[in-house]
Amino acid sequence: MATINSKISEEIRALAGKLLEEKKIAAFLGYCQGSLPMTARPFVARTPEDTDKLIWNSFCVLNLANYLPELLKSLEPPRGPRDPAPEGPLPKVAILATGCWSRNIVIQIQENQVDRDRVVICGVGSRGMVAQAKVKELFDGREILEVIEEDHKLLVSGNGFNEEINRWNVVRDNCLTCIHPDPVIFDIRIGDEAGQRKNDNRFAEVEKIDNKSTAERSRWFTDEFASCIRCYACRNACPLCYCPTCFVDDAKPQWVGKSIDQVDTSIFHILRAYHCAGRCTDCGSCESVCPMGINMRILTKKLTSDVLNLYGSEAGMALDAPLPLTTYRQDDPQNFIITEQAADKEGE
Amino acid sequence: MTDKTWEPKIIAFLCTWCSYAGADLAGVSRFQYPPNIRIVKVPCSGRISPNLILNALRTGADGVLVSGCHPGDCHYISGNYFARRRFALFENLLEFIGIEPDRVNFSWVSASEGEQFAEIVKDVTARVKELGPATHLVKKFNEAA
Repeated sequence: MATINSKISEEIRALAGKLLEEKKIAAFLGYCQGSLPMTARPFVARTPEDTDKLIWNSFCVLNLANYLPELLKSLEPPRGPRDPAPEGPLPKVAILATGCWSRNIVIQIQENQVDRDRVVICGVGSRGMVAQAKVKELFDGREILEVIEEDHKLLVSGNGFNEEINRWNVVRDNCLTCIHPDPVIFDIRIGDEAGQRKNDNRFAEVEKIDNKSTAERSRWFTDEFASCIRCYACRNACPLCYCPTCFVDDAKPQWVGKSIDQVDTSIFHILRAYHCAGRCTDCGSCESVCPMGINMRILTKKLTSDVLNLYGSEAGMALDAPLPLTTYRQDDPQNFIITEQAADKEGE
Repeated sequence: MTDKTWEPKIIAFLCTWCSYAGADLAGVSRFQYPPNIRIVKVPCSGRISPNLILNALRTGADGVLVSGCHPGDCHYISGNYFARRRFALFENLLEFIGIEPDRVNFSWVSASEGEQFAEIVKDVTARVKELGPATHLVKKFNEAA
């Protein structure tokens, strides 16, 4: 039986093969099967033969936009920092893009990391990706050896068990609260348009914390991030993190200590999240790759909700909309400024 | 802590064109204000990155004051407008993770507001005193023997 994802996989293979054969692109950025169950590995197809390996399923949790700037750079002829740009058109790359990934590509274009003319965006409507951790939790330590995906259920099997679970119950939290599953820009569409998801309140998880007292929030934050081992997987999986030298690697001044001291990990997570302010598309890569299961996405989600409430903008929705922190309005809210609070009081 | 002799240390980042000049005016006009602040002169409030604020807290400041020109008066035309957006988000984020809102303060002080500057410092010092010594995000450095 052909499932939605197997049809999409077929389409991807056919399209990638065609584009590579016609030499319209030099590389196709997609996914191939990972070596463990419930994993898919980012994959660059460079020849038409490679394209047989391309797949599409619910385990494509890494944001492909993360690999785009470097892949484009690697295809340019080598040159020194002062050499002039090479003449003529540079090789192109085709990339798969769901809603959040396409928004990240928009941001990369706005931030001059990616040249729009060099990418062929192949839009795929996202049906929500599955959180491996959620599936594993259901099976409570039993080793999962194979997972077969159908449209609405997952057939999970291992030594001595063979069970069926509802796919939607194990979809990642960020996908559950997503309101833009369909790509915002694309050149070629693959599969059907993604349906709208019903969401009463997509910032419910943020509000839950907001409603706590200061002391409770402080305790929650310390507990949540206590297990961080500073592997930086969240940073490395993030398509927004492309600085040549990250602030955590700075030695003079050293902004954040390199130990797993609670203060150091806290500062790392505050600044990591803050650097994504107004840019994060809630793609959930950071959370998916965390080996310790920390929900660091809540910090960026908080910033997303603030940016929307204060400045009314959402990251990466259109190429001509400026990023919220690169612009301003003269009447931006400023009731947090203490001199303004005093002036307000006098005015009353 | 109930130590009555405890005095907070407050790092004040002042923009060189307005707030620093305002602090200077407070000095030459002999307005009294608490000696708890340590002033760091910066070119513009737009220069202030959250790194600097967190670094101040991490290395032992009990409070932070960031002050720049009033909106519209920035020497660099728009530095404080950009800063305002960044500060608003940063202040909310700090509050979200359980830092007391009065630890990190933002204000606008012009070069002619010497008296107001003294008032702000009094106000901020009182707020931080009320909170007591900072306990979050303070790194315990091993003291040299």
